[in-house]
Parts: sequence; C-alpha cells; structure tokens
Amino acid sequence: MLGLVPIILGYLPLTMFMAAVGMICALILGALLAVERVARIPVLDQAVVVFISFFRGTPLLVQLFLFYFGLPSLMPFMSGLTGVQATIIGLTLHFSAYMAESIRAAIQGVDRSQWEASEAVGMTRIQMMRRIILPQAARVAAPTLMNYFIDMIKSTSLAFTLGVTEMMGATQKEASSSFLFFESFIVVALVYWVLVEALSFVQRRLETNLNKAFTR
Amino acid sequence: MIRLDKLTKRFGTNTVLNGIDLTIQDGERVVIIGPSGTGKSTLLRCINFLDRPDEGVIGIGDLSVDAARATKAQILGLRRRTAFVFQNYALFANKTARQNITEALITVQGRPRAEAEARADTILQETGLADKADSYPAALSGGQQQRVGIGRAMALDAELMLFDEPTSALDPEWVGEVLDLMRRVAERQQTMLIVTHEMQFAREIADRVIFMDGGRIVEQGPPAQIFENAQDPRTQAFLRRVKQ
Ligand SMILES: Nc1ncnc2c1ncn2[C@@H]1O[C@H](COP(=O)(O)OP(=O)(O)OP(=O)(O)O)[C@@H](O)[C@H]1O
Ligand SMILES: [Mg+2]
Repeated sequence: MLGLVPIILGYLPLTMFMAAVGMICALILGALLAVERVARIPVLDQAVVVFISFFRGTPLLVQLFLFYFGLPSLMPFMSGLTGVQATIIGLTLHFSAYMAESIRAAIQGVDRSQWEASEAVGMTRIQMMRRIILPQAARVAAPTLMNYFIDMIKSTSLAFTLGVTEMMGATQKEASSSFLFFESFIVVALVYWVLVEALSFVQRRLETNLNKAFTR
Repeated sequence: MIRLDKLTKRFGTNTVLNGIDLTIQDGERVVIIGPSGTGKSTLLRCINFLDRPDEGVIGIGDLSVDAARATKAQILGLRRRTAFVFQNYALFANKTARQNITEALITVQGRPRAEAEARADTILQETGLADKADSYPAALSGGQQQRVGIGRAMALDAELMLFDEPTSALDPEWVGEVLDLMRRVAERQQTMLIVTHEMQFAREIADRVIFMDGGRIVEQGPPAQIFENAQDPRTQAFLRRVKQ
C-alpha cells in the first residue's frame, strides 16, 4: 500500500503546476476585477458583476465540463484544448471571482487618508492603486488569498474527470487495477492532507510577518 | 499668485462655502481662523479638489480652473501646484519616512530615484528625522509623523502649501516641534495657507489673518489688527472665546 506513495508523488509536480499557474492567473484577474468593481466603469461594471456572480454561483465541476466538453462543440478552435489547460482556465476563472470579492473588500478597507494623500500629491488613479492602495490591500487580503490557494490545490483533483492523470487520476487508475480502493484513496487523502498542512504552516509564518510589516 | 473667485461648495442643501473671494501673493503667509464647522477645511480641500467645488474659479500661477467644468488634467494640475499637510498626517502607511518623501518626486514628478533620495535625505536632516529615514509611520510618534508629512509637502516645491490644523491631533508635547518646523518653512518665502487654532502661532507667523464664519470671509487683515482691533462682532466673540 505504501508503494503507492511514490507513484502518487510522481504526479505532485503536475498538481502543483496546475495550482500554481491557476493561482497566478486568478490573482491577476481577481485584482483587475476588484479594481474595476471599485472604479465602477459603466457597462464593464455590469459585465463584471455577472461574471463574478456566475463563477461563484455554479459548481467548479460544471464549469470545467463547460470548458472541456462544451466550448469545443461551440467553437471548433477550442477543440485543441487539453485537460490540463481546461483545468487551469476553470480554476483561474472560478477562483478569480472569489478573489475579486476579497480584494475589493480589502481595497475599500484601506483608510481614507491613504486615498486623499495620494490624490493630494497629484497621483493619477492608476499610480494611486499601484503604489499605495493595492500594496496595503494585499496585506489585508493575503491570508484569505492563501486559503483560496489551498482550496485550489484540492480542487485540481477534479481534473481527473477531464481525463488528466494527476494525483487523483493516478490513484484512480491504481485502485481499479489493484482493487485496493480504500487503501488507495486513503493514501491519496493523506498526501493532500500533508501537503495542505505544510502550506498552512507557511501561511501562519507569512501572517506573522505580515502583521509585523510597516512597523520597523 | 493664488486667486479664488466666488468659490462655492454645497453638501446637499448645506452651503458650506458661500462664494469665497481670496487673493494670495507669492510668499504670503495667510492664516485662517474661525469656529468649528465654518468651512475652513472645506476651503482648503476645494483648492486641490479633495472636495469638488460646485462653482467658482481657482487660479494658481498660470493655471486657471473653472470649478464647474474642471477636467481631470486641470485637477491634476491644481494638485501638482499645491501640497497638503493633513491634520491626521496621512502618511503612506506602506512607505518608510524616506519613501513618503520620494514617492511623489519619483512617481508624479518623474525625477530620477537618486535625485529624489538625495532630496529626501536633505529634508530629513532639516526636519531632524535623519535617524528615522527607514522607519514606517506606525513606528513614529505623532510629532515625527507630522514632520514627515510636512517634509513630504516641502519636497514637492509647490506654489502653495495648505495646512489643515497640522497640530490639532498631536499630544501637547509634540506641538512645539511641528510649529518650529512650520516657522522654518515660512522662512523660505513659501506661500502658505494655514488653518489653525494656535492663535499665538498665527499672530507670529501670519502676514494676514482671515476670520471665517458660516462659509464666508467675515474679516481679514494683519494679525495685529485682527487680534487687537477686530471690527466685526463675530470676530470679537470668537477671539474672546478662544482666549479663555
Ligand atoms: N463630506 C461631507 N459631507 C457632508 N457634509 C460635510 C462634509 N464635509 C464637511 N461637511 C460639513 O461642512 C461644514 C464645514 O465643515 P469643515 O470641516 O470645512 O469645517 P471646519 O471649519 O474645518 O471645522 P473644524 O474647525 O471643526 O475643523 C460642516 O457643517 C460639516 O458638517
Ligand atoms: Mg477642519
């Protein structure tokens, strides 16, 4: 049974690849969506509201099926989409919707004096966001965003439904050839658990450092 | 020269500035006094569009802005010709003391980093904060934060420096060092428009004192005239109250 561990770990890089790329893309998209929600650009704002509502309001699994099986039938040029790519797109859009809301809350939580001081020295809105507001909002949002990252790692297991052999997919294959279902799935569960605990440890260290920031 | 022409500001139905006319000469130091809720802060905040005035014209140097039709570029123009010192300091919390001073020099004025840092270090010397250059605002006392706030404003080389009660939020022990710094700013022939409740300081530093009440300029003149020989009963009543 323990012989499964190295097999599963062999797929850890793919799992982490999908989660890491998804996280980076979701962070960028989430920040852009959040800035738009604060700026409330006409028309675009309505579109962003619908986007966020849709991706928070439907299951990730449904979204993944939509991208992988649904879109190619609608748009033939999407038929070259691999399962890994579809997973990354799905994770990005799904989690960016959640992140947009926490980043927006963090932006709006930045003290009014920070906005006014930036305006008073003559910064443009973009300069103000980039130099003053977003860095401060990032500190506030970091713990929540880290939780989304952990959530995202676990969500990569859904990729196996798109035929991707990642940690979950590999376990599934091993289980059905060996018939050791309980043993296989308990092992993969333990691998995820250890992985998440390790990240939670990093997260707690990070938070202590974030709390110490700006006080030197 | 600074010119305000019929500057008007309403919050809903509450007219807070009622057609303010004011001209300030280059290098002049003007102090505004008056009761609470009279529109002193609003006047300062309208000059750089932190609050958007409803009507009137704001002229600073060669820039003249019709408030009702102000464009984004004109608003930036006003902000880049003025510097603001806030009652609550409003230092950038994610920047050190030095970075608070260099930030606008680099980001807004586009000066090279090395030049901006040299400027910041000179100012930190002058404000007595050289050893606090790498401290974040949260690690500074109120007096130190406000000195950084004034340093940040000094670095901008603005045509007009606006001070909104710069010592009101300070513990009494820190008021003196901030007023001292403002005296040194005044020595540089910096044009200053100051709202303050420090009457002794006003008398000493001002070329002209303006008494505001109910969104209007009630009376103005040299400090000696306003403090010893006020004509308007509202000015007299106010000064009697603050003397107690
Ligand atoms: N953002 C705002 N919304 C609505 N009303 C406001 C706002 N800011 C100020 N006011 C009102 O405008 C009036 C003038 O306020 P302002 O802060 O300019 O007074 P002030 O002379 O600076 O008073 P103080 O000496 O207490 O600082 C007050 O009646 C105040 O309630
Ligand atoms: Mg005020």
